[in-house]
Amino acid sequence: MALLELEDVHAHYGSIKALHGVSLQVEEGKIVALLGANGAGKTTTLRSISGMVKTTGAVRFRGREVTGTKPEEIARMGIAHVPAGRGTLTQLTVHENLQMGAYIRNDRGAVARDHERVIGYFPWIRERRNQVAATLSGGEQQMLAIARALMLQPKLLLLDEPSLGLAPIIVRDIFQIIQTINREEGMTILVVEQNANVALKASDTAYVLEVGRVTLEGVSSDLANHESIRRSYLGD
Amino acid sequence: MELAAASALTELIQQIVGGIASGGVYAALALALVLIYRAMDVANFAQGEMAMFTTFIAYTLIQFHLPYWVVFPLTIAIAFGGGVLTERVLIRPFEGKPVLTLVIVTLALFNLLDGLAGLFFGYILKPFPSPFSAEPISFAGINTTYQDLGVLATVLIILAIVYVFFSYTKVGLAMKAASLYPESSRLMGVRTSWMLALGWGLAAAVGSVAGMMIAPITFLDPNFMQPILLFAFAGAVLGGIESPLGAVIGGILVGVLLALVGTYLPSGQNLRLAFGLVIIVGVLLVRPAGLLGRAQVKRV
Repeated sequence: MALLELEDVHAHYGSIKALHGVSLQVEEGKIVALLGANGAGKTTTLRSISGMVKTTGAVRFRGREVTGTKPEEIARMGIAHVPAGRGTLTQLTVHENLQMGAYIRNDRGAVARDHERVIGYFPWIRERRNQVAATLSGGEQQMLAIARALMLQPKLLLLDEPSLGLAPIIVRDIFQIIQTINREEGMTILVVEQNANVALKASDTAYVLEVGRVTLEGVSSDLANHESIRRSYLGD
Repeated sequence: MELAAASALTELIQQIVGGIASGGVYAALALALVLIYRAMDVANFAQGEMAMFTTFIAYTLIQFHLPYWVVFPLTIAIAFGGGVLTERVLIRPFEGKPVLTLVIVTLALFNLLDGLAGLFFGYILKPFPSPFSAEPISFAGINTTYQDLGVLATVLIILAIVYVFFSYTKVGLAMKAASLYPESSRLMGVRTSWMLALGWGLAAAVGSVAGMMIAPITFLDPNFMQPILLFAFAGAVLGGIESPLGAVIGGILVGVLLALVGTYLPSGQNLRLAFGLVIIVGVLLVRPAGLLGRAQVKRV
């Protein structure tokens, strides 16, 4: 059974329909990439999972239907969502961002251990814990957002365009860290990307969205060689 | 001559000290306004009437011969519960609606509480006890009363508790995050709607202290908090409506300014309300962000 399963999910903003029946599966322990052009419905797919948009169809997490559940309750079930533009709490300090990440947890000892573990991935955080998050660079804010999401101790991590607005070398670093987290912790990750090149290299399987529908799916390394992908997304 | 100058100076300092004491009360109510403004961008016009109503509850409890220092925390707790309940019942249906809608709801609440207080408690002025003695006390030639010092100390303790709550507790941090970043906070599992209710509860609790501290001086009737609300608004606007520390400083400054106006302007006592309005209009014209507020930058 897949950890997360979407079956024929439709979503709309007012009268504008954004998803026309998306079905996908995220297996436990895998990195799954969701690719597509601007406006294809990638972000909306993540928002449907988190309950941030009105949806019909079925979203199932650990076998349980969660369609229509509020975002805060979805988070409490163990889905951490890093929105596009990072959702960093810019007026709070780095440390306060991490504290907020662990907001729903009451196990102080374990939170402190996770804190150390997360800083292990992003060692720069230690010296800058009292810095206001707004003063971090874009790449650092993205890393902080991921660190904060990990503090929730999630079963599933949703990342919305972690490469957005970042230099290629930073994007490479971030995807390396994403892969490390997946490998070392068995963390299941669903990542939305426009940068198909990077996402296909890092992920196990991938889906391609076009105008609110899944048009292609498969093992990432196969898709990387797929002719239409090469043409549309990899710039060949 | 020298003697006259010295006594004029003493008089001035005396007025400032008295102003600080009543300013402390404005500061508490201003802080209550800021708590709700920060949480939902709404000026709560019912804040004064909420404090009025809880002061009547305190009055009623005292009629039952409960000791003052039992009534005081009990009233704060009742105010907190009442604030939470008000948000759940009256405000929650309008969450996410335009600010103007919410402002009108607070005006309706103003009228509702006013009417209910008249119905339950009547319109006759009632004396309200003070826990502090009105005995004068003198420091270096400056006269004040235990009453003034006690009010100021009580208000400062309450403000310190609010400060510690927002700076050092997880829930305080979450309230701050929920007001600044509602969407991201929900994605971290913060029940933002309950955070609003908590904000209303805290505001009502802080406001109830203002009511109980000023009632011994003004006496109690359903309208007794209305001028105080105006001065609290002046304080909040002067300090910067988004800044809790600004509200406290602004409230105390307004208290001092009003004391000086009352003493040194001809028929100044009658000008106090007008002067409160002058402060509000003046600050909004000259420096809308207030002393400690930051200029509004709205993301679009």
